[in-house]
Amino acid sequence: MTDELPGTDAIAEAVGERQFAAGEPLLRIDGVAKTFGTFRAVDGVSLDIKAGEFFALLGPSGCGKTTLLRMLAGFEAPDQGRILLGGKDIAQALPHERPINMMFQNYALFPHLSVRDNIAFGLKRAGMARADIATRVAEMVALVKLDGLEKRKPDQLSGGQRQRVALARALARRPQLLLLDEPLAALDKKLRESTQGELMELQRRLGMTFIIVTHDQEEAMTMASRIGVMRDGKLAQVASPRGLYEAPRSRWIAEFVGDVNLFDAESKLRDGHRLVIGTRDAGPLVVAEPREPFGEVRLSVAIRPEKVKLSRRGPVREAGHGTAINQLDGVIADICYLGGTTTYKVKLDAGGMLQASVANSARLDVDAYSLNQPVVAWFTPDDCVVLPS
Amino acid sequence: MSARRIFARPARLAAIAPYVWMVLFFLVPFGFVLKISLSQTAIAQPPYEPVFDLMAGWGALKAAFAALSIDNFKLLASDDIYVFAYVRSLIVAVTATALLLLIGYPIAYGMARLPARWQAVAMVLVIVPFWTSFLIRIYAWINILQHDGLLNQILLALHLVSQPVVWLSTDSAMYIGIVYSYLPFMILPLYATLAKMEPVLEEAASDLGAPRWQVFWLVTFPLSLPGVGAGVLLCFIPIVGEFVIPDLLAGSNSLMIGQTLWLEFFTNKDWPVASAAAIVLLVVLLVPLLLYERLQKRQLEQGR
Repeated sequence: MTDELPGTDAIAEAVGERQFAAGEPLLRIDGVAKTFGTFRAVDGVSLDIKAGEFFALLGPSGCGKTTLLRMLAGFEAPDQGRILLGGKDIAQALPHERPINMMFQNYALFPHLSVRDNIAFGLKRAGMARADIATRVAEMVALVKLDGLEKRKPDQLSGGQRQRVALARALARRPQLLLLDEPLAALDKKLRESTQGELMELQRRLGMTFIIVTHDQEEAMTMASRIGVMRDGKLAQVASPRGLYEAPRSRWIAEFVGDVNLFDAESKLRDGHRLVIGTRDAGPLVVAEPREPFGEVRLSVAIRPEKVKLSRRGPVREAGHGTAINQLDGVIADICYLGGTTTYKVKLDAGGMLQASVANSARLDVDAYSLNQPVVAWFTPDDCVVLPS
Repeated sequence: MSARRIFARPARLAAIAPYVWMVLFFLVPFGFVLKISLSQTAIAQPPYEPVFDLMAGWGALKAAFAALSIDNFKLLASDDIYVFAYVRSLIVAVTATALLLLIGYPIAYGMARLPARWQAVAMVLVIVPFWTSFLIRIYAWINILQHDGLLNQILLALHLVSQPVVWLSTDSAMYIGIVYSYLPFMILPLYATLAKMEPVLEEAASDLGAPRWQVFWLVTFPLSLPGVGAGVLLCFIPIVGEFVIPDLLAGSNSLMIGQTLWLEFFTNKDWPVASAAAIVLLVVLLVPLLLYERLQKRQLEQGR
């Protein structure tokens, strides 16, 4: 398969739209809000998306991510705000007038049409010539590896095959923007993982802009180049997967994305470029001073489990740094072996619980700890994040 | 005896129950009617001959069989009255069914798109007329359609007509009556298929560039065809044989086959000709039924 598929511009011509080069600003969502009855589903969301991005809208159910996606597709009209696609406000345009296509959560394949006719549906509506449609359908069938199944009806396909038809149908028109609503939710775990890879590879190859909606943070982290976390109709944070994980902006995001140890602050003391934060459950913790001051809000200290190291009791010396700064005594209270890693729950002498995730880097368990063994849990100030509660 | 065999018996009985029903309530009466249709009318009790008397012995039975003839069917084919009655019945049924589909489809579609709470209300509204006797409802229509009835009063008040319109004893009145009476039978199966259709399919079609009318013709309508078929059959078949509505609302110059049957049975007391007419009617109705079944079978095979 070559990068340049033939017939690429046929739809663009038919729809009267131009294609955007990667990196050009494509979509601007500007103060968009939508209320259902008294429920504010989307509450003033602003977001810019560039051409060629793989963007994920992540959030728990009811956070407004699906409503936002449906407004992009045109199934809901925003009460407020603008949606600019290539500079043109499409907020009130009907779905069939937008150069945007959607892959639906349960695929929404037309049960009375064959695989071929499902894929050709959008091309026929665009007024493409018969011969071109046949060529494009053949391309799409090859692209999603459905050769030989063109004449089947959707109910004669497996879940994975249906997912491919839905993808081919949504891609066939070469939309400027492809929306994917929980595209992998109906697949089993193994298939989901391989499909994630295929989707990413496809997006890169076609140079298209994808917006995916998902509640699965691992899925969002794996596939997306940028993630927007939504909560209660608002965008809580927009960041790269790494930024989201290592520098969450709030306690809620830290908890929503991955596992985290959180300790509520009771006192705060400046010590040069560091803060000493007193906590009830873990005693005083030395942390790097946050880049932006939080003012007088309540703070928490967050440490990811894999940043916590364990040692046998005794003073811990960090390589090149002298004595480790944050050392917490405790005993192993729970062990959860996960194959690649083992998660230990440490009951701290100060009273709290601390999770430590340790890579099982050696096959023989010389480093493993046993239940009720006294240990020292330690971590650097830079591994801690101070968050407003 | 294994548990399986104990349970197999009632299951097998249940499986043959429909056939028992068919034999008792369709095939046996059909046999009687067929036999009468091959008999000749007579001033007797019963009013036809020959009569099979199983007590009279083999010879008499053989003679009775020999006396059967297809004269009545020949009469039906040769007399214009019957041919016209059949043709008229079919025309009325086709027209009325088309009207029902045109009126019933938008109603069913609207119902299926209502919020769930209102769907139940709409459903009750569709069914509620059944709580009143059918005859009373038709008489109510006579009242509405008569010279100084409600309809003419409204038309006059709105200055749409200057003279009262003659409605009663016209085909218009009959069509109004038929459409009114059969509408629930069209709406309910349509509603059932439309309600279980996923609205997301229509969204998908419009997402792929189909304007509203294309969404309907390319997705909604094809997917509702099973409901259309059921509704059309549920209306068409009884309308062909309809007797009461044309008798009360239509004029008497051209009769439907149901009215002709009634006349033969009760006015002419010609049971054999009436029976023959009924048999022909049954055959006429079997054709669309068989067509429908073949269509369904083909769809099933395509789906395989």
